[in-house]
Amino acid sequence: MKIKFIVNNENVEVEVKPNETLLDVLREKLFLTGAKEGCGNGECGACTVILNGKPVNSCLVLAPEADGAVIETVEGLSKNNKLHPIQEAFIEATAFQCGFCTPGFIMSTKAMLEKIPNPSNEVIIERLSGNLCRCTGYAVIIDAVKLAAQKMGGAK
Amino acid sequence: MNYKYQSPIKFKYVGKPMKRVDAIEKVTGSAKFVTDMFFPNMLYAAVKRSPIPHGLIKKIDISKAKALPGVRAIVTGKDVPYRQGIYLVDRPIITMDRVRYVGEPVAAVAADTLEIARQAVELIEVEYEELPVVQDPRESMKGEVLIHPDLANYERLPIYNIEPEKNVFHHHKTRKGDVEKGFKEADLIVEGDYSLPQIYHAPLEPHAAIAYWDLNGKLTVWSSAQSPFTLRNLIAYAFKIPRHKVRVIAPYVGGGFGGKAGINMEGIVIALAEKIKNRHIKLVYTREEDISAVVRQGMYAHIKTGVKKDGTIVAMEATLIFDGGAYAEYGTNVVRAAGYTLPGGYYVPNLKTDSYGVYTNHFLGGAFRGFGHGELHWATERNLDEVAQKLGMDPLELRLKNVLKPGLTNSMGQKIHHDTGDMEACLKKAAELIEYGKKSKPSGPRKVRGKGIAGLVKAPAMPTNAGSSVIIKFTEDATVTLQASIQEIGQGFNTAIIQMAADALHIPPDKIHFVTPNDTDLNPYEWQTVASRALWTVGNALYRAAEDALDQIKNIASQVLGVAPHNLEVEDDKVFVKYRPEIYLLLKDVVMGYTYPDGHAIGGPVIGRGSFVPEMLTNLDLETGQGNAAAEWTFGAEAAEVEIDFDTGEITIIQLVGVFDAGTIINPITAGGQVVGGMIQGMGPALFEGIKYDEKCNPLTVSFTDYKIPTIADIPEKIKYDFVETFEESSPFGAKGVGEHPMISVPPAIASAIYDALGINLRDLPLTPDKILKAIENKK
Ligand code: FES
Ligand code: FES
Repeated sequence: MKIKFIVNNENVEVEVKPNETLLDVLREKLFLTGAKEGCGNGECGACTVILNGKPVNSCLVLAPEADGAVIETVEGLSKNNKLHPIQEAFIEATAFQCGFCTPGFIMSTKAMLEKIPNPSNEVIIERLSGNLCRCTGYAVIIDAVKLAAQKMGGAK
Repeated sequence: MNYKYQSPIKFKYVGKPMKRVDAIEKVTGSAKFVTDMFFPNMLYAAVKRSPIPHGLIKKIDISKAKALPGVRAIVTGKDVPYRQGIYLVDRPIITMDRVRYVGEPVAAVAADTLEIARQAVELIEVEYEELPVVQDPRESMKGEVLIHPDLANYERLPIYNIEPEKNVFHHHKTRKGDVEKGFKEADLIVEGDYSLPQIYHAPLEPHAAIAYWDLNGKLTVWSSAQSPFTLRNLIAYAFKIPRHKVRVIAPYVGGGFGGKAGINMEGIVIALAEKIKNRHIKLVYTREEDISAVVRQGMYAHIKTGVKKDGTIVAMEATLIFDGGAYAEYGTNVVRAAGYTLPGGYYVPNLKTDSYGVYTNHFLGGAFRGFGHGELHWATERNLDEVAQKLGMDPLELRLKNVLKPGLTNSMGQKIHHDTGDMEACLKKAAELIEYGKKSKPSGPRKVRGKGIAGLVKAPAMPTNAGSSVIIKFTEDATVTLQASIQEIGQGFNTAIIQMAADALHIPPDKIHFVTPNDTDLNPYEWQTVASRALWTVGNALYRAAEDALDQIKNIASQVLGVAPHNLEVEDDKVFVKYRPEIYLLLKDVVMGYTYPDGHAIGGPVIGRGSFVPEMLTNLDLETGQGNAAAEWTFGAEAAEVEIDFDTGEITIIQLVGVFDAGTIINPITAGGQVVGGMIQGMGPALFEGIKYDEKCNPLTVSFTDYKIPTIADIPEKIKYDFVETFEESSPFGAKGVGEHPMISVPPAIASAIYDALGINLRDLPLTPDKILKAIENKK
């Protein structure tokens, strides 16, 4: 079947199978490989993208469900060859090591900051507890989120 | 002799918090991992796995699978009757005649799509004859069920000691001094049994490889590999092809932690590529497959320590029995490293250690961050705590009393020098940071808090000749491309080497580009990205390469300026006369060769070359474990503060502290990243991680739901760290590794804190609430 959606401000139309996941469509058909498959099971958050304003594990979303949706992936974050403030914050706080989890964390952060511009530690922890990172020990990721909030005009 | 070592390098960029050079790629999603690579006409592979833990393969029927449209190749063990392994060649690429664990590969399929490949795998029919199963390595040593009847015939490095009739793939022995005599002199002897289960690396990126074998006989493999050169070597060895016909390319690795060292699943996809040439074939493990691919060995330890009344250790006797799982391979050296490092960073004059690696029907145990050391320190540091308790002495004081100091010898008989590292300073600083001995207020009435500390030491466990090399190539504008083949696995090497190269070449870091990806056809040789060895070995090779390049520059300039080379200096964009800096040439006019106004030229493009193998290392004597096996050590100390809920047994980590003497810290940001990440990776196995099997040996932990790793919600309120920087004189940078060490002694520090809080000694990891509740109950 054919589905249509908007990804990173571009209209796309793709042929999909009903049992295919959004993650597979993004990665294997559109070659948007920023979202990663860490588990394929909704357990790691590496595949997080923003679907109609909400962070989702794209490995759990079936392609037909994305028909007509507005999707943002990490590739759409930097505009006009400039990094998004969240990306800058992740760099400044060195909130990554191997980088495999990073696109997922960044997209979860974006979805969070759009709803809650000035999140407390508790909120950050709650919103990011579905994203696993085996490298950093997370503390720098919390720093990065706070820094990003500041840059985006949330926290003063 | 009054010789005093001085670093030949002036540090301008080393030691500074430089931003990571891989940052932009990693935050924009453009960093490429193997799984992100696609080739035209690529095939997808899937693996048929054993559903039983131990058995003989009676029959494999691939006919139905073969008939499925879209299936292009199927391989079974018969197609690749080869074994592989870095130290002991015991691991088939695809098993040939028997299976030894649940999940072992028995066949593989390449097909047009992953879906078809997976369907085909379902259609492969395998008949087994089941064999009795061994889960406990102590049972396995009785030899009633032999897991590798052919062990005696496997090839291995001569530094390993097999006992085939006992399922033992390596028996390490340390015999130092006279333990009998030592125990006779002791005022107190304390014995205990300690254990830990297998644990899983859990890199966020599962194992992945793509293979392409062309009709010229050239094999190219893209792998999520920590060690492309060793992988090349092991592939060529297993498939019996010349090394130069194998090319390994490793893009970014999404977390390794040792699990992607050596060789792992690459052989499967290569076997398919051998069958169907001129096609790219991609294999990416699912999470469930990845958990079965390699784990850290489990261990049972018995430690007996004899001390004088004043706390001086006079003797120690230790038995470590490792659950090596179905294949040893890399794990042989885990067993050896644990054996030769025991008792850790303390002086023990009389020492007897037996460390056994034993086959079972569990997942195979390989290298894991700090290998062997998390295991041995769990046993020895716990035992020392119990010694201190019985002596009525503070555990920190007991450690400080026995710490290795210059002039003393370690377990291998190697002498400690003034630049070896300072565990005493680490222990004291860690105590200070955690405010050791000071109780803080629990958060509720049914809660208690406690603090604990543990020491640690680790040297790179590597062959005596593990080499590194570096190439520095100047470009027309005197900027530089730099090649070394340490793999960026998250640790920040690509950034650190630029800082080191900038100081060695006296040019700013923004003029240096570190070449990626790692490619064995293009890059200079590197043994492996393991063992926290890169800064030390590559640092040495890099310094030589830089000196080589600078010599070439000075030689050219010397001819032009009529000044002896040793009177010339290079800085930023110039080569100039040391005592008349206004007399100079621009580097860009020199590095491609100098051209005189009349057109004739001298010199040539400058290429610096540096190679290094560790100096003065020897194998250990197989009977005594004495020898010069370790090149340099990183010492450390870790401390923990915990809060325990009396009613639920739940442990909350309030603080974690780590202090390490890794010599010069090249980049405090990336070093700090290793420390914090490593401590949290150590906290998981302390509190909840462990591979579980049912009584029939079926794995129960097959996903992130059953195998929990720390989440952002698990981290302590406070994480503090610091460094002691004893200049390591065997490196021109004074630097050595700190990547693995932070993981090592977190569990014993936490267990020590639990004793401080509750007065109970836990000896078996993980330290789960039910164990705490039971211990509280027993204490009543
Ligand atoms: S890949 Fe989707 S949650 Fe792990
Ligand atoms: S940076 Fe490696 S998993 Fe998060």
